[in-house]
Amino acid sequence: MKNRSLVSISDYSKEEILKILELAGEFEKQPHADLLKGKVIASLFFEPSTRTRLSFESAVQKLGGSIVGFSDSSSSSTTKGESLNDTIRTVSNYADLIVMRHPIEGSARFASEISGVPVVNAGDGANQHPTQTLLDLYSIKKTQGKLEDLNIFLVGDLKYGRTVHSLLEAMSMFNPTFNFISHEKLQMPKEYKLFLDKKGIKYYEHEQFTDIISRADIMYMTRVQRERFSDPIEYEKTKNTYVLRNEMLKNTKENLKILHPLPRVNEIHQSVDSNPKAYYFEQALNGVYTRQAIIAAILGLK
Amino acid sequence: MKKELKVSAINNGTVIDHIPASNLYKVITILNLDKISNAMTYGSNLESKKLGSKAIIKISDKFFEDEEINKIALVAPQAKLNIIKDYLVVEKKVVEVPDKIVGIAKCVNPKCITNFEEVTTKFTVINKETVDLKCHYCEKITDQNHLVIK
Ligand SMILES: [Zn+2]
Repeated sequence: MKNRSLVSISDYSKEEILKILELAGEFEKQPHADLLKGKVIASLFFEPSTRTRLSFESAVQKLGGSIVGFSDSSSSSTTKGESLNDTIRTVSNYADLIVMRHPIEGSARFASEISGVPVVNAGDGANQHPTQTLLDLYSIKKTQGKLEDLNIFLVGDLKYGRTVHSLLEAMSMFNPTFNFISHEKLQMPKEYKLFLDKKGIKYYEHEQFTDIISRADIMYMTRVQRERFSDPIEYEKTKNTYVLRNEMLKNTKENLKILHPLPRVNEIHQSVDSNPKAYYFEQALNGVYTRQAIIAAILGLK
Repeated sequence: MKKELKVSAINNGTVIDHIPASNLYKVITILNLDKISNAMTYGSNLESKKLGSKAIIKISDKFFEDEEINKIALVAPQAKLNIIKDYLVVEKKVVEVPDKIVGIAKCVNPKCITNFEEVTTKFTVINKETVDLKCHYCEKITDQNHLVIK
């Protein structure tokens, strides 16, 4: 991993993923406040994403590193028409590592090819967001004690949701069973089902929440976005069909945890928040440990 | 009436046959034939049992490397080459879809970085029969129906 960019979750092997998760566990126990001393991390957010940015910046600061950069492109030279090429070539002179979020797909791969220092993709449009996937894996491993042989439920927008696609790919290394719950218009795309068929991984598709959720070890909820529907009435109906309420969790497994990449709209009712099976806020905190691990591993400090 | 090609014979050079008529100009662009000074003739909308309507190009004193000629497999997968020396066919070749395509095709995804900045496009051919190209950058698939030559 040393000196290698992280653009897509498929850039890492199973062993490398496990190594990151192990390191994240170490950072959760021990702060390592001096590890990044004297290192400069560039945080380039060409589009705003407060949640992801704060998580990265918190990770850097916990390790004693310093941060340069911008939080949206209006405060950067890109508003003066500077190309991504020029911004990256310039910034890589000042920093030891670049964390980058950009609305254009493939921008992170391009940046990693022209940058003199490693690039960590913090989201490139609808394409990839690998640090989210790693923190999801960390959350699953931490709550279940393992990654193997789990029954994973993916709920909501399975068609456009990049987080569920990357999670599906990554979890496929660990012999899971998948259950998909979604509106027929937001079903898991064929290419991912073919991928599972090829690997011999079982999956089941549902259009409703039913008793089937009593089999879940992990329930991964996602937002259903208004833009996905041309008919606003259909959106309203769909939005309300896939709301998880506390009483629905009555017969679920003891070890079940509910995950969500956040922010949520209404797909998890607030009554769930105080249920010990709700895990989405801790999941967000796990993002800090995971990002500490990623940065430390890439800089070869751990 | 004999179905002869209405394109004159050449002394030395390459004949590229079985090009789909609609893709003749794409082949010319991919091989940069519009930028060379060799004598060249082409015919289009010729009858073909296989293709319905085909085109043929004859280029004098020009011989292609496999790597160069295989690029046209994207738009003319059934193309056949005859290498001519002293009016005789000395070698026949077929084209093969390469594993990787660099700098020829455009990515179909309007949100792809390659459509915003000066970036050489790179694709992995994930299906050689249907010619499906996976973009190295945005990871989206460009299929043959959406293939645009740069
Ligand atoms: Zn692309």
